[in-house]
Amino acid sequence: MRAWGRMREAAAIAAARLAASLSRLTRMGGGTTLPGRIAAAISPGLVAGLSSRLARGVVLISGTNGKTTTARSLAEILEAAGLAVVHNRAGANLLSGIATALATHATLRGRMRGEVGLFEVDEATLPAAVAATRPRVVVLLNLFRDQLDRYGEIDLVAERWRRALAVLPPESTLVYNADDPLVADLCRDHAGPVRAFGLEEAPLSEGRTLEHAADARYCYRCGRPYEYTLVTLGHMGHYRCPGCGAARATPQVCARGVHLHGADGASATIVADGTAIPVSTVLPGLYNVYDVTAAASAALALGIAPAAVGRGIAATAPAFGRGERVDLGGREALLLLAKNPAGFNEVLRTVLLAEASPVVLIAINDLIADGRDISWLWDVDFEMLRDSARAVVVTGLRAEDMALRLKYAGLGAERVIVERDGGGALDRARSLLREGERLYILPTYTAMLHLRRILARRGAVRGFWKD
Amino acid sequence: MELRICHLYPDLLNLYGDRGNVTTLVRRAQWRGISVRVIEARLDDPVDPDASDLFFIGGGEDRQQRLAAPDLRDVKGPALREAAQAGAAILAVCGGYQLLGHYYRPADGPDLVGLGVLDLHTVHPGPGSRRIIGNIVVREAGAGRILVGFENHGGRTHLGPGARPIGTAIVGSGNNGQDRGEGAVWRSVYGTYLHGPLLPKNPWLADELVAAALRRRYGNTAGGVALEPLPDVEENRAAAAAAGRAGARGLSWH
Repeated sequence: MRAWGRMREAAAIAAARLAASLSRLTRMGGGTTLPGRIAAAISPGLVAGLSSRLARGVVLISGTNGKTTTARSLAEILEAAGLAVVHNRAGANLLSGIATALATHATLRGRMRGEVGLFEVDEATLPAAVAATRPRVVVLLNLFRDQLDRYGEIDLVAERWRRALAVLPPESTLVYNADDPLVADLCRDHAGPVRAFGLEEAPLSEGRTLEHAADARYCYRCGRPYEYTLVTLGHMGHYRCPGCGAARATPQVCARGVHLHGADGASATIVADGTAIPVSTVLPGLYNVYDVTAAASAALALGIAPAAVGRGIAATAPAFGRGERVDLGGREALLLLAKNPAGFNEVLRTVLLAEASPVVLIAINDLIADGRDISWLWDVDFEMLRDSARAVVVTGLRAEDMALRLKYAGLGAERVIVERDGGGALDRARSLLREGERLYILPTYTAMLHLRRILARRGAVRGFWKD
Repeated sequence: MELRICHLYPDLLNLYGDRGNVTTLVRRAQWRGISVRVIEARLDDPVDPDASDLFFIGGGEDRQQRLAAPDLRDVKGPALREAAQAGAAILAVCGGYQLLGHYYRPADGPDLVGLGVLDLHTVHPGPGSRRIIGNIVVREAGAGRILVGFENHGGRTHLGPGARPIGTAIVGSGNNGQDRGEGAVWRSVYGTYLHGPLLPKNPWLADELVAAALRRRYGNTAGGVALEPLPDVEENRAAAAAAGRAGARGLSWH
């Protein structure tokens, strides 16, 4: 690199590190986005330059649900294998977040303190991230309807992914979810190495049919409805099109013997390349089984030993708000982020598996990061709560909409408590708990951050950037 | 007394919580002691114009709309036109709304010919154009009742003389972002861009559809067609909160 370029890069790194420190000192925030924006403005080639100096390359992880958890799990696996990881751990998943992670892990001379980059990437940012980092591995988890007000239509996101895959270097490995028909359709023409993953079985799936929220009922090739022999989650499962024959391919990495232990985690055996890796995780729910299977697939693609895969998955703690346990004045509360229909349905199933008559707190916001449109609440099967929930406390900017949804789901007004104030809602829900019971908190993204701030003031959780 | 609802393409045109509308119609009839039958009509299923008095069509993405359009026109079209002429109630949202018009011209690809039940056409101004997205509040033409919801559409809809708008957008854009008109009405056929769960927060429209459907089956003289009022406490609170989020304040609720 020419001297001028070096100087700009050094200035960008210095500015980013200074901005990150200042941001934390002044408690302006986590310092996860702004430093990268500043750095990229000073040196536009920063992300490409720094990521090319990571000895073991870059892994990008994208998808509607599970990015943060999959990245965390993969980070644990890589660290168990002795690798130093550069990771946008706090979930800032636009290019600015990636730039922040890289700049804050670089010396002023541009040497990387870390061997492998691990970045979760917003679905819409994937083409730019692929172009900038030339990743060694790309992990595509799933595509669900989410924040349609921001992206317009799910097919537009799919089109962006198609563009990202078109610029993926041919030697890069594509790790993708074989059980998601839309994702699999995008990936099936990839010329380079692929490592598809999927679930061979799913507990509680017997007789399960597609949900109202399912997005991919009709074949992406010919328009006929898919036939399913197994529905695992949302529109995912073992599918086949009776028209053109497009079908789930047998994945190279599969999870078998899946057991769900309610809110306390899950276990399975991951089978790949003739090796069986028994795994267990404290992360609850079937969606997390997908996430750890994806992480295992990516690790194996990087040549990590199976023993490290099992150890890393076992060591994976929940990311903030995603199965996180917090103290609520001497009672336990479980934060389960619920931001779109498929995810919300799975969270509800997890709660009901854990508790026969739970007290639930649902917090619905409609800020930009949540999606300003809350129509999706009507695609969630809240009817599941009708015969079981002892009480549902609702809060957030759209608490009244949530209460209305519960009314039409068949919950009488005596079981639905509207409390706009977040702290008040926590107190109210806490007062309804019986001895030994746990509160289930189901928030959208910004509602989760808001409730976490209240809990942090009460000393119950840590700030997410310290996490 | 029985309310007979036909839900068209429940698995294809169901983009934004559309089924919330059917849930609302069903519950509000049941709360009044009216029994309800819901018939689902998917691709290739024929529709019997006498078997249902209330039809609902939701929205979909362009891909789904392209799958539904020929089926709606050829398989179900004649029956739907006949039912509409005979006074059946129809509610069509977003993509379904566009398909009730004469045609929809997508951003790319050929025109989709619609049913022509509503005198309107829709044009997508091109792939680079701005989508109309956001909270919307509409004041009904005539009685001045309020509709609240969310709109999210690329197409611009223009009404002909045979249809009138449901109302005027006080907040938001409505049919085309130009004339402030929102939706279209002809007889008991309603089309609107207030997508997804429109009826839960706008129970007066739900009741109007139910009443129209019962009138068609039982006539005005059958008694009991005038629907008993429901308390609608949660409905009104949610509507007021939504209007507040949309930036409209000081409106009265019915």
